[in-house]
Amino acid sequence: MISLAGRDIVHAWGKFAFTGVGLGLLIGVTLSMAGVYRGMVDDGKALLDNSGADLWVVQRDTLGPYAESSSLADDAYRGILTMPGVAAAANVTYLTMQVRKGERDVRAMVVGIAPALRGVAPGWPPYLVAGRQITRSHYEAVADVSSGFALGDRLAIRRSQYTVVGLTRRMVSSSGDPMVFIPLKDAQEAQFLKDNDAIWQSRRRSEANPAFNRPGVPGLFDAVIASQSSNASVNAVLVTLKPGQAPDVVAESIRRWKRLTVYTRAQMEGILVGKLIATSSRQIGMFLVILAIVSATIVAFIIYSLTMDKIREIAVLKLIGTRNRTIAAMIMQQAVALGLIGFAVGKISATFAVPIFPKYVLLTPLDALAGLFVVLVICVLASLVSIRMALKVDPAEAIGG
Amino acid sequence: MSDYGIRIEGLRKRYGKGDTAVDALKDVNMQVAPGEVVGLIGPSGSGKSTLLKSLGAVIEPSAGRMVLGEQVIYDDGWKVRDLRALRRDKIGFVFQAPYLIPFLDVTDNVALLPMLAGVANAQARARAIELLTALDVQHRARAMPSQLSGGEQQRVAIARGLVNRPPVILADEPTAPLDSVRAMAVIRILNDMARTYETAIIVVTHDEKIIPTFKRIYHIRDGVTHEEAGEGRAFA
Repeated sequence: MISLAGRDIVHAWGKFAFTGVGLGLLIGVTLSMAGVYRGMVDDGKALLDNSGADLWVVQRDTLGPYAESSSLADDAYRGILTMPGVAAAANVTYLTMQVRKGERDVRAMVVGIAPALRGVAPGWPPYLVAGRQITRSHYEAVADVSSGFALGDRLAIRRSQYTVVGLTRRMVSSSGDPMVFIPLKDAQEAQFLKDNDAIWQSRRRSEANPAFNRPGVPGLFDAVIASQSSNASVNAVLVTLKPGQAPDVVAESIRRWKRLTVYTRAQMEGILVGKLIATSSRQIGMFLVILAIVSATIVAFIIYSLTMDKIREIAVLKLIGTRNRTIAAMIMQQAVALGLIGFAVGKISATFAVPIFPKYVLLTPLDALAGLFVVLVICVLASLVSIRMALKVDPAEAIGG
Repeated sequence: MSDYGIRIEGLRKRYGKGDTAVDALKDVNMQVAPGEVVGLIGPSGSGKSTLLKSLGAVIEPSAGRMVLGEQVIYDDGWKVRDLRALRRDKIGFVFQAPYLIPFLDVTDNVALLPMLAGVANAQARARAIELLTALDVQHRARAMPSQLSGGEQQRVAIARGLVNRPPVILADEPTAPLDSVRAMAVIRILNDMARTYETAIIVVTHDEKIIPTFKRIYHIRDGVTHEEAGEGRAFA
């Protein structure tokens, strides 16, 4: 038996091709939206992977350092280092801000990293694509290439200037902002230090306060001023474990003895995916649902129009004895063919469009397969209206009178 | 073999019920022998289309009896369960317009019916080519319907009607869109095919040019048929 659907498609290939391309662009947008979501999740995982930590120790009862602000003393890591099973512990700060380079600025996550005694400490960029790691205590930076910064560029973060000495790749925040690594002390200053006017105002108030400026206690006022203008807080302590140590056991131990909140890798992933990007993923999910409905409506309308164009032929086919299932198969095969053309165009267009997106878009083979399945289901469902209409055609319409 | 390709006795068709009922066919009696071509003539509203649809198993008559060959297909009710298969295997249709499937070439337009009946593609196409050759359109076998002239299209439509070797062919105004030369050619072809394939052919027509070619004519008026002898004039 010849394929009626195939012959019709070959006969009217131009109509099918253009319709398929139109549908394909819509499917391309849908696949890209799914890729945006996957990119967000992957950014979150990259953030965790690149931190090199097994545990995140944060301020008690917070979801820090990524989903909520967290502040803990910068000497807390010393106690954590003594805990059984801990191989390394390092302070880290995170601050999302506009990093300026000349006249332009880039939104970036500024990461303050503690000096490493040997090699690379937790929180450091695990690899570089150009340049070197930070070797000085101040005013050097390593930037992600997606920031657009180059080696030797001078960046302004708050009141200080930094020289880019190294470039890394895929080091981004959970919202896709590129990371800029600077020494911890500089980062603490950038995050917590007040501006000159604020320091001056604070000093004036303290000076006027007799409790701080007591004539009989020399040195008290200077100590108060020093504590106001310095900061000894970090956002988190990143911990790596000795080989064979169970993260949950060590985490529980730190919770119990250091009275801090500790997250394992799995818990932190849950926070990032389940809480930090949950609203965004629901938003994208809504878009996907709307796009699926729009696609289904378009396919249904196209197949309906194509079927309407063939009403007389369908009446003749029915009159000369064509089975209903042959006619239904013809319409359904055309809908599926349209879906396949659309999917191919959509997949290709999405693949080519990915580099244009400002944030990371991840197209996974599994998403593509799921997309293909959904497209085919939509096409089959969309063809049902047309099949119903075709099967209601009276074969008597082929006979005049 | 039966003496009749098709035999119709006391066929009636009523549309609607009660006061609004309309008797489209009141008393139709026809007999067409295998190899015979008869004309069915009547004014508009006389019941021609209803009769054609009843004979074509498209609508169900209200009463009467229809026999195709030796098979009773209707006797105050359908005696055949699968009317679609009956139309496909036992009845050929030739329409006023050819209504060829635009996305199939000439050969596949003709071969489609046997393919639908389960005949292998190669065999169905061979049968189609044989008929196209008999109708002298084999040289257009790979052409699409849109590339054919009106006369060629009608010949292909006749080949489609004949391809399953049905005992009866119903031709609905097959010469209406054609000039007199082509119209006569179509009637000659129908007569040739009827003789060659022992097919009973009923030609519904208004066409004054072809009426004299029938040896027997059924007039239908107000749902009642009357038989009369035709001129049986030789084709021009």
